Amino acid sequence: MITKKDVEHVALLARLKLNEEEKEMYTRQLNDILKYAQKLQQLDTDAVEPTAHVLPIKNVFREDEVGDHLPNDKALANAPEKEGNYIKVPKIM
Amino acid sequence: MSLNQMTAHELHELMMKKEVSAEEITKAVYDRIDKVEDKVKSYITLTREQALETARKVDEKIAAGDKVPPLAGIPIAIKDNICTSGVKTTCASKILYNFVPPYNATVMEKLNSQQAVMVGKTNMDEFAMGSSTENSGFHVTRNPWDTERVPGGSSGGSAAAVAADECIAALGSDTGGSIRQPAALCGVVGMKPTYGAVSRYGLVAFASSLDQIGPFTKDVTDCALVLNAICGHDPMDSTSVKYSVPDYTQYLQNDVRGLKIGVPKEFMAEGLNPEVRKVVEEAIATLSNLGAVVEETSLPHTEYALPVYYIIAPAEASSNLARYDGVRYGYRSVEADDVVEMFMRSRSEGFGEEVKRRIMLGTYALSAGYYDAYYNKALKVRTLIKQDFDKAFEKYDLLLSPTAPGPAFKIGENIDDPVQMYLQDIFTLSVNLAGIPGISIPCGFVNGLPVGLQFMAKPFGEGTLLRAAYTFEQNTEFNRQRPAL
Repeated sequence: MITKKDVEHVALLARLKLNEEEKEMYTRQLNDILKYAQKLQQLDTDAVEPTAHVLPIKNVFREDEVGDHLPNDKALANAPEKEGNYIKVPKIM
Repeated sequence: MSLNQMTAHELHELMMKKEVSAEEITKAVYDRIDKVEDKVKSYITLTREQALETARKVDEKIAAGDKVPPLAGIPIAIKDNICTSGVKTTCASKILYNFVPPYNATVMEKLNSQQAVMVGKTNMDEFAMGSSTENSGFHVTRNPWDTERVPGGSSGGSAAAVAADECIAALGSDTGGSIRQPAALCGVVGMKPTYGAVSRYGLVAFASSLDQIGPFTKDVTDCALVLNAICGHDPMDSTSVKYSVPDYTQYLQNDVRGLKIGVPKEFMAEGLNPEVRKVVEEAIATLSNLGAVVEETSLPHTEYALPVYYIIAPAEASSNLARYDGVRYGYRSVEADDVVEMFMRSRSEGFGEEVKRRIMLGTYALSAGYYDAYYNKALKVRTLIKQDFDKAFEKYDLLLSPTAPGPAFKIGENIDDPVQMYLQDIFTLSVNLAGIPGISIPCGFVNGLPVGLQFMAKPFGEGTLLRAAYTFEQNTEFNRQRPAL
């Protein structure tokens, strides 16, 4: 059972700011969805390997060669605020 | 029949015979858009000038006597989560309302190399999360067959654009059914290729182990032509598979004799609209009459696919969507004194309700203390679901089912009940969990609304899907019907 406090904790982890109404709604709806997910507990999966990915790819290597990269102006073109060759953000400390 | 109603292969032939020009085709498409777009609202962005310019270049080549590729001069719509260099790519989200990608997705490079004509960017559920296109941050797209109803989703704009003849073909993406379900609800052909068959480079990530780009077309032949264009290994996508891409048109054979098709009984049971069931049973009879061997089979873990999906997809999404923080691109809230407040406000103001719901769900499922109970459990059950398919494909060439549990529903009908909306994908999402290919083709109507038939095949079995779909299409008339807009 998820409480409003859990929702507040998860929202902080997810960097979301929720208003009271949203907290109530997500508490109710996450409980509905997770109740549905409880169905999975019916299955005994002790001997089953998890599938995070359907392909048998372990790692993909390539030669360490210098390739093309985006020029600075293109890389910065979408930044909401910038100064010179930097992205500008509000104070961090 | 006007040009915008025709298929790519028909138009290619007309262009090569110099009976029509690419410019005329592109103009016919925009004339149609000018006429019906107010009612359907398939698009977020139109790229008219650029499209006409590409079309004219194709005409110059043809005039010079050059042979052009099959998609040259063919107007194609692109889902707005596929990056298009210099053209806004929003994912139908306010958080990316002004994002202009500095590069093309690999599928765009591939279409451009054929000189296909991009018509515009299509509407979708925000970040591809939804089954109705009602979750778009900008506007609702309407089903061309009944504008009071949804086109399905999340690639609803692409499906509606093809159905309304506002383009010749389209690209979408499919994470749990987002190509096949809207294709079914709009009465067009839609395919989700095998995981790894098409590069995801430049596809804005939703759930990386499930996402795949695929085509919407007006017939199965065009589906093969678009697959030919977009499939293949890409060093830019580490999950793309090295395989030799066949010419998919070789599978367009009007012959299903001896083909073994299994119908999972779990897909014909609970939650299926009885009239849709009847239409699908008629389709099964058609295939049997054409010589296919159709039998009932079982995928015993089917009932667990939905809860598995709604743990795995949100978990992956919560991680993928962490990048939207208002720093490097997209929406930034101006009302923040420090950087963490800026992240939180930008995300809360930029994301819509469903996206936040899934980020919350995924973050919870991955958080300390719940990881094993939810996420790891879901990964294990995913293995069981995949094994069901492996076993079924030892015996059958294909599996068959309805694509969606019912025809298009009314706008607003399911919007307040997430679980009800998630049930829309009940017949499609196992395919993504197993990584196999699936196709939806028109197979009939219920009260004037299209019904889709889904074929599923083993990994890289696209050829078998095309063969069965092509045979069904050649022996029926459903794909030739057009909505009266």
